[in-house]
Amino acid sequence: MHIIVPIKQVPQSSAVKMDPVTGTMIRSGSAATLNPLDLYALETALCLSERSAGSVTALTMGPPSAAQILKEALSMGASRAILLTDRLFGGSDTYATSYALSKAIEHIGSFDLIITGERATDGDTAQVGPGIAAWLDVALVTYVSAINTIVDRTMEVERLTEEGYQAVRLTLPALISVVKEIAIPRLPTLRGKKRAMNTPIEEWDARTIGADIGKIGLKGSPTRVVKIESPKVARTAEVHIASDEDSMKGAVDRLIDIIEEVYHG
Amino acid sequence: MADVWTIAEVSGGVLKEISLELLGRARTLADTLGVRLASVALTSHLNEDQVERLAASGADVIYLGQDSTLEPFTVSAHASALMALVAEHSPQIILAGATTYGRTLLPYLAVKLSCGLTADCTDLAIEEGSGNLLQIRPAIGGNIMATIKSPNHRPQMATIRPRSTPLPSLDYSRTCTVCHVPITAAVHNPTHVLGLRPFVGQQRSIEDAEIVVAGGKGLKKRDNFALVEDLASLLGAEVGASRDAVDRGWATYPHQVGLSGKTISPELYIAIGISGAIQHLAGIKTAKRIVAINNDRDANIMAIADYAIIGDLFAIVPLLAKRLQERRKTQ
Repeated sequence: MHIIVPIKQVPQSSAVKMDPVTGTMIRSGSAATLNPLDLYALETALCLSERSAGSVTALTMGPPSAAQILKEALSMGASRAILLTDRLFGGSDTYATSYALSKAIEHIGSFDLIITGERATDGDTAQVGPGIAAWLDVALVTYVSAINTIVDRTMEVERLTEEGYQAVRLTLPALISVVKEIAIPRLPTLRGKKRAMNTPIEEWDARTIGADIGKIGLKGSPTRVVKIESPKVARTAEVHIASDEDSMKGAVDRLIDIIEEVYHG
Repeated sequence: MADVWTIAEVSGGVLKEISLELLGRARTLADTLGVRLASVALTSHLNEDQVERLAASGADVIYLGQDSTLEPFTVSAHASALMALVAEHSPQIILAGATTYGRTLLPYLAVKLSCGLTADCTDLAIEEGSGNLLQIRPAIGGNIMATIKSPNHRPQMATIRPRSTPLPSLDYSRTCTVCHVPITAAVHNPTHVLGLRPFVGQQRSIEDAEIVVAGGKGLKKRDNFALVEDLASLLGAEVGASRDAVDRGWATYPHQVGLSGKTISPELYIAIGISGAIQHLAGIKTAKRIVAINNDRDANIMAIADYAIIGDLFAIVPLLAKRLQERRKTQ
Protein backbone atom coordinates (compact mmCIF):
# COMPACT_ATOMS: atom_id res chain seq x y z
CA MET A 1 0.00 0.00 0.00
CA HIS A 2 1.44 3.34 -1.04
CA ILE A 3 0.33 6.24 1.14
CA ILE A 4 1.02 9.91 0.47
CA VAL A 5 0.97 12.33 3.39
CA PRO A 6 0.86 16.05 2.51
CA ILE A 7 2.30 18.03 5.43
CA LYS A 8 2.83 21.72 6.24
CA GLN A 9 5.38 23.88 7.96
CA VAL A 10 3.73 26.29 10.42
CA PRO A 11 4.97 28.94 12.86
CA GLN A 12 5.84 27.41 16.20
CA SER A 13 3.05 28.51 18.50
CA SER A 14 4.88 27.44 21.65
CA ALA A 15 7.31 30.22 20.86
CA VAL A 16 4.44 32.66 21.05
CA LYS A 17 3.37 34.60 24.12
CA MET A 18 0.42 36.83 24.86
CA ASP A 19 0.91 40.52 25.47
CA PRO A 20 -1.07 40.93 28.72
CA VAL A 21 -1.96 44.54 27.91
CA THR A 22 -3.12 44.33 24.31
CA GLY A 23 -3.97 40.63 24.25
CA THR A 24 -2.13 40.28 20.97
CA MET A 25 0.44 37.69 20.03
CA ILE A 26 4.14 38.27 20.49
CA ARG A 27 6.11 36.05 18.13
CA SER A 28 9.61 35.43 19.33
CA GLY A 29 11.69 35.01 16.20
CA SER A 30 10.29 32.99 13.35
CA ALA A 31 10.69 29.44 14.56
CA ALA A 32 8.84 27.03 12.29
CA THR A 33 7.73 23.50 12.93
CA LEU A 34 5.74 20.63 11.46
CA ASN A 35 2.01 21.30 11.83
CA PRO A 36 1.26 19.32 15.02
CA LEU A 37 -1.94 17.85 13.57
CA ASP A 38 0.07 16.35 10.68
CA LEU A 39 1.86 14.06 13.14
CA TYR A 40 -1.38 12.08 13.44
CA ALA A 41 -1.59 11.70 9.67
CA LEU A 42 2.02 10.49 9.52
CA GLU A 43 1.49 8.05 12.38
CA THR A 44 -1.66 6.63 10.78
CA ALA A 45 0.14 6.22 7.45
CA LEU A 46 3.16 4.54 9.04
CA CYS A 47 0.98 2.07 10.97
CA LEU A 48 -0.99 1.16 7.85
CA SER A 49 2.12 0.74 5.72
CA GLU A 50 3.80 -1.44 8.35
CA ARG A 51 0.78 -3.72 8.34
CA SER A 52 0.77 -4.08 4.57
CA ALA A 53 4.49 -3.85 3.78
CA GLY A 54 3.75 -0.58 2.05
CA SER A 55 5.49 2.75 1.83
CA VAL A 56 4.86 6.33 2.90
CA THR A 57 5.74 9.41 0.87
CA ALA A 58 5.78 12.75 2.66
CA LEU A 59 5.04 15.77 0.48
CA THR A 60 5.12 19.45 1.30
CA MET A 61 4.89 22.75 -0.53
CA GLY A 62 6.85 25.61 0.94
CA PRO A 63 10.11 27.53 1.02
CA PRO A 64 13.43 25.61 0.93
CA SER A 65 13.47 25.71 4.76
CA ALA A 66 10.44 23.38 4.76
CA ALA A 67 12.93 20.57 4.05
CA GLN A 68 13.28 20.45 7.83
CA ILE A 69 9.76 19.05 8.35
CA LEU A 70 10.39 16.44 5.64
CA LYS A 71 13.47 15.32 7.58
CA GLU A 72 11.21 14.91 10.58
CA ALA A 73 8.79 12.78 8.53
CA LEU A 74 11.70 10.66 7.28
CA SER A 75 13.04 10.16 10.78
CA MET A 76 9.61 8.95 11.90
CA GLY A 77 9.72 6.35 9.13
CA ALA A 78 8.57 7.83 5.82
CA SER A 79 10.51 6.29 2.95
CA ARG A 80 10.40 9.19 0.50
CA ALA A 81 10.21 12.96 0.86
CA ILE A 82 9.29 15.52 -1.78
CA LEU A 83 9.61 19.29 -1.43
CA LEU A 84 7.54 21.32 -3.82
CA THR A 85 9.29 24.66 -3.92
CA ASP A 86 9.19 27.48 -6.43
CA ARG A 87 8.73 31.24 -6.16
CA LEU A 88 5.83 30.78 -8.55
CA PHE A 89 3.89 29.04 -5.76
CA GLY A 90 4.15 32.10 -3.49
CA GLY A 91 0.87 33.61 -2.35
CA SER A 92 -1.18 30.49 -3.10
CA ASP A 93 -4.54 30.26 -1.36
CA THR A 94 -6.14 26.91 -0.53
CA TYR A 95 -7.45 26.52 -4.10
CA ALA A 96 -4.02 27.04 -5.69
CA THR A 97 -2.28 25.00 -2.99
CA SER A 98 -4.58 22.03 -3.44
CA TYR A 99 -4.05 22.27 -7.21
CA ALA A 100 -0.24 22.27 -6.88
CA LEU A 101 -0.27 19.38 -4.41
CA SER A 102 -2.64 17.38 -6.62
CA LYS A 103 -0.32 17.91 -9.62
CA ALA A 104 2.63 16.74 -7.49
CA ILE A 105 0.64 13.65 -6.47
CA GLU A 106 -0.15 12.90 -10.10
CA HIS A 107 3.56 13.25 -10.83
CA ILE A 108 4.40 10.79 -8.03
CA GLY A 109 2.16 8.37 -9.89
CA SER A 110 0.18 5.62 -8.28
CA PHE A 111 -1.08 5.74 -4.71
CA ASP A 112 -3.72 3.97 -2.66
CA LEU A 113 -4.41 6.50 0.02
CA ILE A 114 -3.71 10.14 0.86
CA ILE A 115 -3.83 11.03 4.55
CA THR A 116 -3.87 14.63 5.80
CA GLY A 117 -4.09 16.18 9.24
CA GLU A 118 -7.42 17.68 10.24
CA ARG A 119 -6.14 21.16 9.37
CA ALA A 120 -3.04 23.29 9.83
CA THR A 121 -2.85 25.25 13.05
CA ASP A 122 -1.83 28.49 11.29
CA GLY A 123 -4.33 28.92 8.47
CA ASP A 124 -6.92 26.78 10.24
CA THR A 125 -8.97 26.32 7.07
CA ALA A 126 -9.06 22.50 6.66
CA GLN A 127 -9.67 23.20 2.96
CA VAL A 128 -6.58 21.83 1.24
CA GLY A 129 -7.30 18.12 1.88
CA PRO A 130 -10.85 18.15 0.47
CA GLY A 131 -9.54 20.33 -2.38
CA ILE A 132 -6.93 17.72 -3.33
CA ALA A 133 -9.63 15.02 -3.33
CA ALA A 134 -11.69 17.16 -5.71
CA TRP A 135 -8.79 17.78 -8.11
CA LEU A 136 -7.90 14.07 -8.16
CA ASP A 137 -11.53 12.90 -8.15
CA VAL A 138 -11.02 10.38 -5.39
CA ALA A 139 -13.21 9.38 -2.44
CA LEU A 140 -13.12 11.86 0.45
CA VAL A 141 -13.79 11.14 4.12
CA THR A 142 -12.90 13.82 6.69
CA TYR A 143 -12.41 13.82 10.49
CA VAL A 144 -11.49 10.11 10.58
CA SER A 145 -10.97 8.96 14.18
CA ALA A 146 -10.33 5.24 13.59
CA ILE A 147 -9.56 2.84 10.78
CA ASN A 148 -11.39 -0.39 11.49
CA THR A 149 -10.68 -2.68 8.53
CA ILE A 150 -8.99 -2.71 5.16
CA VAL A 151 -9.86 -5.58 2.86
CA ASP A 152 -8.55 -5.36 -0.69
CA ARG A 153 -9.71 -1.94 -1.95
CA THR A 154 -12.32 -1.38 0.75
CA MET A 155 -11.74 0.45 4.00
CA GLU A 156 -14.07 0.90 6.94
CA VAL A 157 -13.43 3.94 9.10
CA GLU A 158 -15.09 5.99 11.79
CA ARG A 159 -15.39 9.75 11.56
CA LEU A 160 -16.01 12.25 14.30
CA THR A 161 -19.07 14.43 13.67
CA GLU A 162 -21.16 16.75 15.83
CA GLU A 163 -23.61 13.88 16.49
CA GLY A 164 -21.13 11.11 17.25
CA TYR A 165 -18.93 8.60 15.47
CA GLN A 166 -20.11 7.78 11.99
CA ALA A 167 -19.02 4.50 10.38
CA VAL A 168 -18.14 4.86 6.69
CA ARG A 169 -17.13 2.33 4.07
CA LEU A 170 -14.99 3.70 1.25
CA THR A 171 -13.33 2.44 -1.87
CA LEU A 172 -9.68 3.23 -2.57
CA PRO A 173 -8.04 5.30 -3.88
CA ALA A 174 -9.17 7.88 -1.37
CA LEU A 175 -8.19 10.89 0.69
CA ILE A 176 -8.91 10.88 4.41
CA SER A 177 -8.24 13.59 6.96
CA VAL A 178 -7.63 12.33 10.48
CA VAL A 179 -8.30 13.79 13.92
CA LYS A 180 -6.06 13.62 16.95
CA GLU A 181 -7.64 10.63 18.61
CA ILE A 182 -6.75 8.26 15.76
CA ALA A 183 -3.24 7.50 17.03
CA ILE A 184 -0.41 8.53 19.30
CA PRO A 185 2.44 9.83 17.14
CA ARG A 186 5.75 8.01 17.55
CA LEU A 187 8.95 9.83 18.36
CA PRO A 188 11.78 9.73 15.83
CA THR A 189 14.33 7.03 16.67
CA LEU A 190 18.09 7.35 16.40
CA ARG A 191 17.99 4.88 13.52
CA GLY A 192 15.28 6.94 11.90
CA LYS A 193 17.30 10.11 12.25
CA LYS A 194 20.32 8.42 10.65
CA ARG A 195 18.19 7.20 7.78
CA ALA A 196 16.71 10.68 7.39
CA MET A 197 20.22 12.09 7.09
CA ASN A 198 21.01 9.64 4.32
CA THR A 199 17.76 10.03 2.40
CA PRO A 200 17.86 12.85 -0.10
CA ILE A 201 14.89 15.21 -0.27
CA GLU A 202 13.61 15.48 -3.82
CA GLU A 203 13.02 19.10 -4.85
CA TRP A 204 10.39 19.74 -7.47
CA ASP A 205 9.31 23.03 -9.01
CA ALA A 206 6.25 24.10 -10.98
CA ARG A 207 7.75 22.81 -14.22
CA THR A 208 8.54 19.36 -12.75
CA ILE A 209 4.89 18.74 -11.97
CA GLY A 210 3.62 20.33 -15.18
CA ALA A 211 1.54 22.90 -13.32
CA ASP A 212 -0.60 25.36 -15.27
CA ILE A 213 1.03 28.69 -14.33
CA GLY A 214 -2.40 30.36 -14.32
CA LYS A 215 -3.56 28.10 -11.49
CA ILE A 216 -0.70 28.56 -9.01
CA GLY A 217 0.58 31.29 -6.75
CA LEU A 218 -1.21 34.55 -6.12
CA LYS A 219 -2.26 34.72 -9.78
CA GLY A 220 -3.97 31.36 -9.56
CA SER A 221 -5.71 32.13 -6.27
CA PRO A 222 -9.37 33.20 -6.43
CA THR A 223 -9.24 34.79 -2.96
CA ARG A 224 -7.52 38.02 -1.97
CA VAL A 225 -6.76 39.23 1.52
CA VAL A 226 -7.87 42.85 1.49
CA LYS A 227 -7.32 43.82 5.09
CA ILE A 228 -5.60 42.54 8.22
CA GLU A 229 -6.54 43.98 11.58
CA SER A 230 -5.24 43.22 15.05
CA PRO A 231 -8.30 43.53 17.20
CA LYS A 232 -7.68 44.33 20.83
CA VAL A 233 -8.88 41.12 22.35
CA ALA A 234 -7.86 41.82 25.92
CA ARG A 235 -10.83 42.16 28.20
CA THR A 236 -10.77 43.90 31.52
CA ALA A 237 -11.65 41.35 34.10
CA GLU A 238 -13.66 42.03 37.18
CA VAL A 239 -11.33 40.31 39.65
CA HIS A 240 -12.38 38.91 42.99
CA ILE A 241 -9.83 37.54 45.39
CA ALA A 242 -11.38 34.68 47.33
CA SER A 243 -9.07 34.61 50.30
CA ASP A 244 -11.53 33.84 53.10
CA GLU A 245 -15.05 32.53 53.48
CA ASP A 246 -16.78 35.91 53.11
CA SER A 247 -14.87 37.04 50.05
CA MET A 248 -15.41 33.64 48.46
CA LYS A 249 -19.13 33.80 49.10
CA GLY A 250 -19.31 37.28 47.62
CA ALA A 251 -17.36 36.23 44.55
CA VAL A 252 -19.48 33.13 44.01
CA ASP A 253 -22.77 35.02 44.39
CA ARG A 254 -21.64 37.62 41.89
CA LEU A 255 -20.77 34.78 39.49
CA ILE A 256 -24.25 33.32 39.96
CA ASP A 257 -25.69 36.70 38.93
CA ILE A 258 -23.62 36.49 35.74
CA ILE A 259 -24.87 32.97 35.08
CA GLU A 260 -28.46 34.11 35.64
CA GLU A 261 -27.92 36.89 33.09
CA VAL A 262 -27.00 34.23 30.52
CA TYR A 263 -30.14 32.23 31.30
CA HIS A 264 -32.38 35.25 31.00
CA GLY A 265 -30.69 36.53 27.87
CA MET B 1 -29.32 39.72 -10.46
CA ALA B 2 -27.95 36.47 -9.15
CA ASP B 3 -29.25 35.13 -5.85
CA VAL B 4 -27.61 34.54 -2.49
CA TRP B 5 -27.71 30.92 -1.33
CA THR B 6 -27.31 29.24 2.01
CA ILE B 7 -26.92 25.49 2.48
CA ALA B 8 -29.20 24.08 5.17
CA GLU B 9 -28.18 21.17 7.38
CA VAL B 10 -30.77 18.57 8.19
CA SER B 11 -30.63 15.71 10.64
CA GLY B 12 -33.52 13.26 10.98
CA GLY B 13 -35.96 15.45 9.08
CA VAL B 14 -35.21 18.47 11.30
CA LEU B 15 -33.12 21.56 10.56
CA LYS B 16 -30.00 22.24 12.54
CA GLU B 17 -29.81 25.73 14.03
CA ILE B 18 -26.93 26.72 11.77
CA SER B 19 -29.38 26.55 8.82
CA LEU B 20 -31.37 29.40 10.35
CA GLU B 21 -28.34 31.37 11.51
CA LEU B 22 -27.09 31.33 7.91
CA LEU B 23 -30.41 32.71 6.67
CA GLY B 24 -30.35 35.46 9.29
CA ARG B 25 -26.92 36.54 8.16
CA ALA B 26 -27.58 36.14 4.43
CA ARG B 27 -30.87 38.06 4.58
CA THR B 28 -28.93 41.28 5.21
CA LEU B 29 -26.60 40.51 2.29
CA ALA B 30 -29.48 39.76 -0.08
CA ASP B 31 -31.28 42.95 0.96
CA THR B 32 -28.14 45.04 0.46
CA LEU B 33 -27.69 43.53 -3.00
CA GLY B 34 -31.42 43.68 -3.81
CA VAL B 35 -31.58 40.00 -4.73
CA ARG B 36 -33.45 36.90 -3.58
CA LEU B 37 -32.27 34.65 -0.79
CA ALA B 38 -32.46 30.90 -1.34
CA SER B 39 -31.88 28.01 1.03
CA VAL B 40 -30.75 24.69 -0.41
CA ALA B 41 -31.70 21.60 1.60
CA LEU B 42 -30.43 18.21 0.47
CA THR B 43 -31.82 15.42 2.58
CA SER B 44 -33.82 12.22 2.52
CA HIS B 45 -36.80 14.02 3.96
CA LEU B 46 -37.62 17.45 5.37
CA ASN B 47 -40.76 17.83 7.46
CA GLU B 48 -43.32 20.39 6.25
CA ASP B 49 -43.03 22.52 9.40
CA GLN B 50 -39.27 22.68 8.81
CA VAL B 51 -39.80 24.01 5.29
CA GLU B 52 -41.97 26.72 6.84
CA ARG B 53 -39.21 27.51 9.35
CA LEU B 54 -36.78 28.15 6.50
CA ALA B 55 -39.28 30.54 4.91
CA ALA B 56 -39.99 32.25 8.25
CA SER B 57 -36.24 32.68 8.80
CA GLY B 58 -35.82 34.68 5.60
CA ALA B 59 -35.69 32.35 2.58
CA ASP B 60 -37.46 33.62 -0.55
CA VAL B 61 -36.77 30.36 -2.38
CA ILE B 62 -36.16 26.85 -1.10
CA TYR B 63 -34.40 24.35 -3.33
CA LEU B 64 -35.44 21.08 -1.79
CA GLY B 65 -33.70 17.91 -2.92
CA GLN B 66 -35.22 14.88 -1.20
CA ASP B 67 -33.69 11.52 -1.97
CA SER B 68 -32.56 8.56 0.11
CA THR B 69 -29.04 8.87 -1.38
CA LEU B 70 -28.62 12.32 0.23
CA GLU B 71 -28.76 11.17 3.86
CA PRO B 72 -26.51 10.40 5.60
CA PHE B 73 -24.25 12.93 3.90
CA THR B 74 -21.58 11.85 1.45
CA VAL B 75 -19.49 14.38 -0.44
CA SER B 76 -20.04 12.91 -3.85
CA ALA B 77 -23.87 12.83 -3.58
CA HIS B 78 -24.17 16.38 -2.22
CA ALA B 79 -21.50 17.88 -4.47
CA SER B 80 -23.04 16.46 -7.64
CA ALA B 81 -26.51 17.71 -6.67
CA LEU B 82 -25.12 21.18 -5.91
CA MET B 83 -23.03 21.34 -9.07
CA ALA B 84 -26.14 20.71 -11.16
CA LEU B 85 -28.11 23.34 -9.22
CA VAL B 86 -25.34 25.94 -9.47
CA ALA B 87 -24.98 25.33 -13.21
CA GLU B 88 -28.71 25.94 -13.64
CA HIS B 89 -29.13 29.02 -11.41
CA SER B 90 -25.65 30.65 -11.09
CA PRO B 91 -25.91 32.11 -7.58
CA GLN B 92 -23.43 34.87 -6.68
CA ILE B 93 -22.86 33.75 -3.09
CA ILE B 94 -23.00 30.35 -1.38
CA LEU B 95 -22.76 30.12 2.42
CA ALA B 96 -22.61 26.99 4.57
CA GLY B 97 -21.90 26.33 8.22
CA ALA B 98 -18.30 25.84 9.36
CA THR B 99 -19.34 22.42 10.62
CA THR B 100 -18.01 18.97 9.72
CA TYR B 101 -20.59 19.10 6.90
CA GLY B 102 -19.78 22.53 5.48
CA ARG B 103 -16.04 22.21 6.00
CA THR B 104 -16.06 18.96 4.01
CA LEU B 105 -18.50 19.81 1.25
CA LEU B 106 -17.55 23.41 0.41
CA PRO B 107 -13.79 23.00 -0.18
CA TYR B 108 -14.56 20.06 -2.45
CA LEU B 109 -17.27 22.01 -4.27
CA ALA B 110 -15.12 25.15 -4.57
CA VAL B 111 -12.49 23.24 -6.55
CA LYS B 112 -15.14 21.62 -8.75
CA LEU B 113 -16.65 25.08 -9.45
CA SER B 114 -13.22 26.79 -9.76
CA CYS B 115 -14.14 29.27 -7.05
CA GLY B 116 -12.63 30.89 -4.01
CA LEU B 117 -13.65 29.85 -0.52
CA THR B 118 -13.04 31.38 2.90
CA ALA B 119 -13.19 29.15 5.98
CA ASP B 120 -14.87 29.78 9.30
CA CYS B 121 -15.98 33.40 8.84
CA THR B 122 -17.32 35.29 11.84
CA ASP B 123 -18.60 38.27 9.87
CA LEU B 124 -19.71 39.13 6.34
CA ALA B 125 -20.42 42.36 4.50
CA ILE B 126 -20.99 43.66 0.99
CA GLU B 127 -18.26 45.93 -0.40
CA GLU B 128 -19.63 49.25 -1.51
CA GLY B 129 -19.42 49.86 -5.22
CA SER B 130 -18.21 46.44 -6.34
CA GLY B 131 -20.85 44.41 -4.52
CA ASN B 132 -18.16 41.86 -3.62
CA LEU B 133 -18.69 39.71 -0.55
CA LEU B 134 -16.28 40.69 2.22
CA GLN B 135 -15.46 37.59 4.24
CA ILE B 136 -14.07 38.29 7.68
CA ARG B 137 -12.36 35.58 9.70
CA PRO B 138 -10.00 35.21 12.63
CA ALA B 139 -6.54 34.01 11.52
CA ILE B 140 -3.28 33.01 13.14
CA GLY B 141 -4.87 31.61 16.24
CA GLY B 142 -7.50 34.33 16.38
CA ASN B 143 -4.91 37.05 16.85
CA ILE B 144 -5.73 38.88 13.67
CA MET B 145 -8.92 39.44 11.71
CA ALA B 146 -8.50 39.03 7.96
CA THR B 147 -10.93 40.41 5.40
CA ILE B 148 -10.96 38.31 2.25
CA LYS B 149 -12.75 38.59 -1.08
CA SER B 150 -12.98 36.71 -4.37
CA PRO B 151 -13.32 39.57 -6.86
CA ASN B 152 -13.24 37.60 -10.11
CA HIS B 153 -14.90 34.28 -9.36
CA ARG B 154 -18.56 33.40 -8.93
CA PRO B 155 -20.09 32.06 -6.81
CA GLN B 156 -18.26 33.58 -3.84
CA MET B 157 -18.18 30.93 -1.14
CA ALA B 158 -17.67 30.94 2.60
CA THR B 159 -18.26 28.75 5.63
CA ILE B 160 -19.65 30.54 8.68
CA ARG B 161 -18.78 29.74 12.28
CA PRO B 162 -21.81 28.36 14.15
CA ARG B 163 -23.23 30.68 16.83
CA SER B 164 -21.36 33.66 15.43
CA THR B 165 -24.70 35.31 14.75
CA PRO B 166 -28.04 35.17 16.61
CA LEU B 167 -30.96 33.17 15.27
CA PRO B 168 -33.27 35.34 13.11
CA SER B 169 -36.72 36.08 14.46
CA LEU B 170 -39.34 33.97 12.70
CA ASP B 171 -41.90 35.65 10.46
CA TYR B 172 -44.49 33.13 9.32
CA SER B 173 -46.23 35.70 7.09
CA ARG B 174 -43.33 35.65 4.60
CA THR B 175 -43.98 34.14 1.20
CA CYS B 176 -41.59 31.64 -0.24
CA THR B 177 -41.30 29.46 -3.35
CA VAL B 178 -40.39 25.82 -2.86
CA CYS B 179 -38.61 24.24 -5.84
CA HIS B 180 -38.27 20.48 -5.78
CA VAL B 181 -34.91 19.48 -7.16
CA PRO B 182 -34.68 16.22 -9.09
CA ILE B 183 -31.82 14.10 -7.79
CA THR B 184 -29.94 11.73 -10.04
CA ALA B 185 -28.06 9.24 -7.95
CA ALA B 186 -24.37 9.01 -8.76
CA VAL B 187 -23.45 6.00 -10.87
CA HIS B 188 -20.76 5.11 -8.39
CA ASN B 189 -20.45 6.65 -4.95
CA PRO B 190 -17.11 5.58 -3.46
CA THR B 191 -18.30 6.25 0.11
CA HIS B 192 -21.15 4.64 1.99
CA VAL B 193 -22.26 5.47 5.52
CA LEU B 194 -22.87 2.36 7.63
CA GLY B 195 -24.19 3.89 10.83
CA LEU B 196 -23.79 6.32 13.71
CA ARG B 197 -22.53 5.67 17.22
CA PRO B 198 -23.80 8.63 19.25
CA PHE B 199 -21.63 10.16 21.98
CA VAL B 200 -21.97 8.59 25.38
CA GLY B 201 -22.83 11.00 28.18
CA GLN B 202 -22.77 13.99 25.93
CA GLN B 203 -25.94 15.44 24.49
CA ARG B 204 -24.53 18.04 22.16
CA SER B 205 -21.17 18.95 20.73
CA ILE B 206 -19.46 21.76 22.60
CA GLU B 207 -19.64 24.02 19.54
CA ASP B 208 -23.41 24.17 19.91
CA ALA B 209 -23.51 24.75 23.66
CA GLU B 210 -24.61 28.05 25.21
CA ILE B 211 -22.55 27.39 28.30
CA VAL B 212 -19.30 25.45 28.45
CA VAL B 213 -17.61 24.56 31.72
CA ALA B 214 -14.02 23.54 31.10
CA GLY B 215 -11.28 22.13 33.27
CA GLY B 216 -7.50 22.06 33.04
CA LYS B 217 -4.31 21.02 34.75
CA GLY B 218 -5.22 22.91 37.93
CA LEU B 219 -7.66 20.11 38.79
CA LYS B 220 -4.59 18.01 39.56
CA LYS B 221 -6.10 14.55 39.00
CA ARG B 222 -8.71 12.68 37.06
CA ASP B 223 -11.14 12.22 39.95
CA ASN B 224 -11.26 15.96 40.46
CA PHE B 225 -12.47 16.48 36.91
CA ALA B 226 -15.88 15.43 38.27
CA LEU B 227 -16.08 18.95 39.76
CA VAL B 228 -16.23 20.28 36.20
CA GLU B 229 -18.68 17.63 35.02
CA ASP B 230 -20.99 18.14 38.00
CA LEU B 231 -21.05 21.90 37.60
CA ALA B 232 -21.75 21.50 33.89
CA SER B 233 -24.68 19.20 34.50
CA LEU B 234 -26.03 21.58 37.12
CA LEU B 235 -25.91 24.42 34.60
CA GLY B 236 -27.14 22.39 31.64
CA ALA B 237 -23.77 23.10 30.10
CA GLU B 238 -21.34 21.02 28.06
CA VAL B 239 -17.94 19.97 29.33
CA GLY B 240 -14.78 21.38 27.82
CA ALA B 241 -11.16 20.57 28.55
CA SER B 242 -7.73 22.02 27.97
CA ARG B 243 -5.22 20.06 25.92
CA ASP B 244 -3.41 19.11 29.13
CA ALA B 245 -6.57 17.60 30.55
CA VAL B 246 -7.25 15.63 27.35
CA ASP B 247 -3.65 14.45 27.09
CA ARG B 248 -3.91 13.18 30.67
CA GLY B 249 -7.07 11.27 29.81
CA TRP B 250 -9.39 13.30 32.05
CA ALA B 251 -11.64 14.08 29.08
CA THR B 252 -11.88 12.81 25.50
CA TYR B 253 -10.78 14.66 22.39
CA PRO B 254 -14.27 15.86 21.30
CA HIS B 255 -14.18 18.01 24.47
CA GLN B 256 -10.83 19.65 23.73
CA VAL B 257 -10.99 23.42 23.37
CA GLY B 258 -8.28 25.35 21.53
CA LEU B 259 -6.17 25.46 18.44
CA SER B 260 -5.79 21.69 18.13
CA GLY B 261 -9.33 21.08 19.38
CA LYS B 262 -12.56 23.05 18.99
CA THR B 263 -13.05 26.75 18.48
CA ILE B 264 -16.20 27.74 20.32
CA SER B 265 -18.35 30.82 20.83
CA PRO B 266 -20.65 30.09 23.77
CA GLU B 267 -22.58 32.74 25.71
CA LEU B 268 -20.60 31.78 28.79
CA TYR B 269 -17.30 29.98 29.18
CA ILE B 270 -16.18 28.98 32.66
CA ALA B 271 -12.49 28.00 32.80
CA ILE B 272 -11.60 26.08 35.93
CA GLY B 273 -7.93 25.56 36.68
CA ILE B 274 -6.96 26.50 33.12
CA SER B 275 -3.93 28.76 32.90
CA GLY B 276 -4.69 29.67 29.28
CA ALA B 277 -1.98 28.64 26.87
CA ILE B 278 -2.18 30.74 23.72
CA GLN B 279 -3.54 27.71 21.84
CA HIS B 280 -6.38 27.46 24.34
CA LEU B 281 -7.21 31.16 24.26
CA ALA B 282 -7.43 31.00 20.47
CA GLY B 283 -10.34 28.60 20.86
CA ILE B 284 -12.43 30.82 23.14
CA LYS B 285 -11.75 34.37 21.94
CA THR B 286 -15.21 34.74 20.48
CA ALA B 287 -17.00 33.54 23.63
CA LYS B 288 -19.39 36.22 24.87
CA ARG B 289 -18.41 36.02 28.56
CA ILE B 290 -15.32 34.33 29.94
CA VAL B 291 -15.07 33.41 33.60
CA ALA B 292 -11.80 32.19 35.10
CA ILE B 293 -11.46 30.35 38.38
CA ASN B 294 -7.78 30.06 39.14
CA ASN B 295 -5.30 30.47 41.95
CA ASP B 296 -2.82 32.39 39.78
CA ARG B 297 -3.61 36.05 39.30
CA ASP B 298 -1.01 36.29 36.54
CA ALA B 299 -2.25 33.34 34.51
CA ASN B 300 -2.62 34.03 30.76
CA ILE B 301 -6.35 33.42 30.94
CA MET B 302 -6.77 36.66 32.94
CA ALA B 303 -5.91 38.66 29.80
CA ILE B 304 -9.17 37.62 28.18
CA ALA B 305 -11.40 36.92 31.18
CA ASP B 306 -14.40 39.14 31.94
CA TYR B 307 -14.76 37.83 35.46
CA ALA B 308 -12.17 36.11 37.59
CA ILE B 309 -12.16 34.50 40.97
CA ILE B 310 -8.65 34.12 42.33
CA GLY B 311 -8.50 31.39 44.91
CA ASP B 312 -8.69 27.70 45.64
CA LEU B 313 -10.87 26.06 43.01
CA PHE B 314 -11.40 23.04 45.27
CA ALA B 315 -13.28 25.34 47.66
CA ILE B 316 -14.82 27.72 45.12
CA VAL B 317 -16.38 25.22 42.72
CA PRO B 318 -18.17 23.14 45.39
CA LEU B 319 -19.45 26.36 46.99
CA LEU B 320 -20.67 27.57 43.60
CA ALA B 321 -22.50 24.28 43.06
CA LYS B 322 -24.04 24.47 46.52
CA ARG B 323 -25.19 28.10 46.17
CA LEU B 324 -26.65 27.34 42.73
CA GLN B 325 -28.67 24.46 44.15
CA GLU B 326 -29.86 26.61 47.05
CA ARG B 327 -30.91 29.37 44.71
CA ARG B 328 -32.79 26.91 42.49
CA LYS B 329 -34.72 25.60 45.49
CA THR B 330 -35.87 29.03 46.58
CA GLN B 331 -37.07 30.02 43.12
